[in-house]
Amino acid sequence: MKWQMLTLVGEDQPGIVAQVTDALFRGGFTLGEASMLRLGGNFTIMMMVDGGQSEQTLPTCIAPVANKLGLRYHLDPIHGELHQHRVPNFQVRVNGADRAGIVAQVTGLLAECGFNILELDSDVVGSREEPVYIMTIQGYAEETIETLEAAFGKLETDEIDVHVSAIETLIG
Amino acid sequence: MAILEILRLPDPRLKAASQEVDQFDEALQAFIDDLEETRQAGPAAVGIAAPQVGRQQRVVIIDCSTTRKPVPNHGRLVLINPEITEWDGFELGREGCLSVPDYTGNVIRAERIKMRAYTATGEIQEYEMEGYEARALQHEVDHLDGILFIDRLVSRRTDLFQRKVYQKGGKKRK
Repeated sequence: MKWQMLTLVGEDQPGIVAQVTDALFRGGFTLGEASMLRLGGNFTIMMMVDGGQSEQTLPTCIAPVANKLGLRYHLDPIHGELHQHRVPNFQVRVNGADRAGIVAQVTGLLAECGFNILELDSDVVGSREEPVYIMTIQGYAEETIETLEAAFGKLETDEIDVHVSAIETLIG
Repeated sequence: MAILEILRLPDPRLKAASQEVDQFDEALQAFIDDLEETRQAGPAAVGIAAPQVGRQQRVVIIDCSTTRKPVPNHGRLVLINPEITEWDGFELGREGCLSVPDYTGNVIRAERIKMRAYTATGEIQEYEMEGYEARALQHEVDHLDGILFIDRLVSRRTDLFQRKVYQKGGKKRK
């Protein structure tokens, strides 16, 4: 497998995933792991694509459908492989009044603890007048929960809530 | 004693409902011994269900006594024809499965349950379980009904919303 990372971004509308993946399938491309999400009215796709069986290049395959749907695309050759999942052992939930710098402060403290972020999603919710920021992070760290909590102690204010919990993945 | 082969997705036998046990005999005990040996042979599994090794019978084993951080538990339990009789609360947790290698995901389970089951020698037992052990039991009982944790996955984005809905719905089983 020779994977490329395909990024697609454009105004959201029904049918994007179906048409993009249909074009790739017909072009002889294989899909790997993917993240697809609506962000701020845009639809965003990051997807591992392999063209081992294809006679055409990925840009030739993707350009017509991207143009039709008004999507911009970008390609990066990657050294990635499937079956490289890492199981998170901590979850961090952050919420509070939206203000600049929350992500940088929280993730800065995590980085100091050697915390490897595996997934992060964040949203601004509430109202236009009183926006509220919500972020959840799942990741892996060797540190104890006490160490992580102590690190966040510096950050706790009336305006922002940070909660760390251990994830004990159940295998059954 | 023998280590049995674990069925893996997409084996259709994992999606079939299992039959109740009606013979509490030596053959059952021998199978339970093999099932436990199989559970211990793989990656640290806190539970295993008979259909995971291709036996469509309502037999599960759970053991939540060896988690990294200790949790309330009843030790190792061999549970025959287990039946959950009460559900309370909802909680999100991450699960994986011997039958679904290389994948873990978030599932909502009841926080506390009451259940009853037969022992390997046919005596009825009742248990109250909470948290991790309750989760393990629900995961294994699902196997007996042909349900895998991937049939119950939720995304974190919908989690808060879904939990509210479920709480309103009371003790409905999801």
